[in-house]
Amino acid sequence: MIQRIRSFPIGTTIITAIVIACLPAFVIRYMYGLGAISNLSDGRPWGLWISFDLYCGVALAAGGFTLAAVVYIFGREKYHPVARPAILTAFLGYQLVILALLVDLGQPWYIWHAIIYWNWHSPLFEVAICVMTYTAVLALEFSPAIFERLHWNVPLRIIRAIQIPLVIAGVVLSTLHQSSLGSMLLMMPTNLSPLWYTPILPLLFLTSAIAVGPAMVIFESTISSRVFGHRIGQDVMAGIGRAIPYILGIYLLLKLVDLTARGNMGLVFTEYPLNLLWWAEIIIGVVAPIVLFSLPSVRQSSRKLFWSAVLVIVGLVLNRFDVSMIALAPRPGTIYFPSLMEFAISIGLVADALLVIILAHRLLPIAENHASAEGQELAQGQEAT
Amino acid sequence: MSKGVLYDANKCIGCRACQVACKQWNQLPAEATTNTGTLENPPKLSASTFTKIHFTEAEDNGKFQFVFTKLQCMHCEHPACATACPVAALQKTKEGPVIYDDNRCFGCRYCQVACPFGIPNFEWDKPMPWIRKCTFCADRLGGGLEPACVKTCPTGALEFGERDDLIVIAKERIAASPDKYVDHIYGEKEVGGLSWLYLSPVPFEELGFPTLGTEPVTVNAERAMGAVPPVLVAVAAIMTGVYLVIQRRQKMSQTKENDKNKVEVTK
Repeated sequence: MIQRIRSFPIGTTIITAIVIACLPAFVIRYMYGLGAISNLSDGRPWGLWISFDLYCGVALAAGGFTLAAVVYIFGREKYHPVARPAILTAFLGYQLVILALLVDLGQPWYIWHAIIYWNWHSPLFEVAICVMTYTAVLALEFSPAIFERLHWNVPLRIIRAIQIPLVIAGVVLSTLHQSSLGSMLLMMPTNLSPLWYTPILPLLFLTSAIAVGPAMVIFESTISSRVFGHRIGQDVMAGIGRAIPYILGIYLLLKLVDLTARGNMGLVFTEYPLNLLWWAEIIIGVVAPIVLFSLPSVRQSSRKLFWSAVLVIVGLVLNRFDVSMIALAPRPGTIYFPSLMEFAISIGLVADALLVIILAHRLLPIAENHASAEGQELAQGQEAT
Repeated sequence: MSKGVLYDANKCIGCRACQVACKQWNQLPAEATTNTGTLENPPKLSASTFTKIHFTEAEDNGKFQFVFTKLQCMHCEHPACATACPVAALQKTKEGPVIYDDNRCFGCRYCQVACPFGIPNFEWDKPMPWIRKCTFCADRLGGGLEPACVKTCPTGALEFGERDDLIVIAKERIAASPDKYVDHIYGEKEVGGLSWLYLSPVPFEELGFPTLGTEPVTVNAERAMGAVPPVLVAVAAIMTGVYLVIQRRQKMSQTKENDKNKVEVTK
């Protein structure tokens, strides 16, 4: 398996180059301040890093807690092969958030202040605490892959013993901070367009995160099966795909009922040009995937399944950009477009995460065909039942 | 009782002594600016400019007229920045000022995004930046003094006192000369009340003041945060419950199968 991969493939080289290329931006930031590398200003204090790395990063990492819940709590062992890659991606997603914050925060070395100075009223306090704790939980959830590789049986046994409490903690923490990213925007009733502003934003954030989790799992698993040659059964993928229309359906219903209840339904036609973004979100990211994932012909084709998942992801990314940037009015007289170095840092961080995924797949038992003893037992158990 | 300041646009002559006094007391550097075609300078508030006089060109009975307004932190009664701040670096004191503690801040800038008046500013050009904004001269208030800008104001356009008293004074002024003032004390009710109150001869929208409701902007976020503990307990309980039920069901179906197998073996 390992020998089949070239020792230093071209893709990895390119990704490494991107990571190295974005390093000067870090240096400039710590010498001359945030103004020197970004187009951020007092008029637009949050930009690409918050919208992409924090808002999209956290939501796209939702595959970790949804799959962990499905496999370990709901006992669907069928999905065990994709749970570990999902947890790895989630873990890296949160690393991405934390690394981006190292650039974005004014005083990142005081980030631990969130642990000692509490403000219970602040949604960002909740996000900070949950992201810190959940990153630790994800590290523990993923740690068996490392312990298996090193044949450290004692820590492995300890982790397995606390696995269920860990997964439950992960689900609780994810529920809390996925939704409180929405609560954060509740503070801006005057600046966020009424097409998106609603007291149920936290609920909408949670629902859309739960919907994009499985889509991300389909997305990653399809790519990693191409790149690393792991086989994942079509029935596993189709099963994941089948859940998506239900979750997106709830999301759509919540959105429409909420707009109607607040008497803002008319805005989807009148609030030009922002309503175009609203429609794009709903059609690309919600309605189209509901139809596509409901079709058996789509679920049977890994290609169609992949592209349908891409739609959900695009819709979610668009939504997070809308609420945290485009539909959120800046101070008067401010126009913002991210600078080259802002893009460089965001792209560099994604490349960094890809590099770790590549290394992990090469060095650690990630996919089930490196099956651990436990995996085989489970597989047998499944056949037995 | 909380302190406040009443600003009367009819008394302000736009001398900007308050701007200078603020820079002096807070030891803030001057800003190099370019001519923007108005007498207003610097063009906007920043990390080194906590207050400024804003010039509005208005028409009064067919005559051109400047209307001045003083911009600085409003020191809200329910400050969005203080609710937003994850580490409670910004806090509303019972004396009135919303104060900032840079020993807590880690520079997330949520206060900047949350403030409905766009007041907190950030040191974008510093490698170790902080948030900066008007302090209401909390250090002077503690010593029984009025804020530096109020102290220096030559026309009495700025009046410092108990917020409740100032509202009474403002109402008296409007009642005494209704032709000179619009019947609106900006800050009496906006977003739950501000420590800084404004009187103006023209509607506040024309001066660039945001039109805000009387409900604090923090209400929805605080309600959502109040739901956190019950959600935490509920999700944990549901997940544990589901796990136990499914475990039990699987065990039962397994023992059933084992029983079947046993029966088959004994047969």
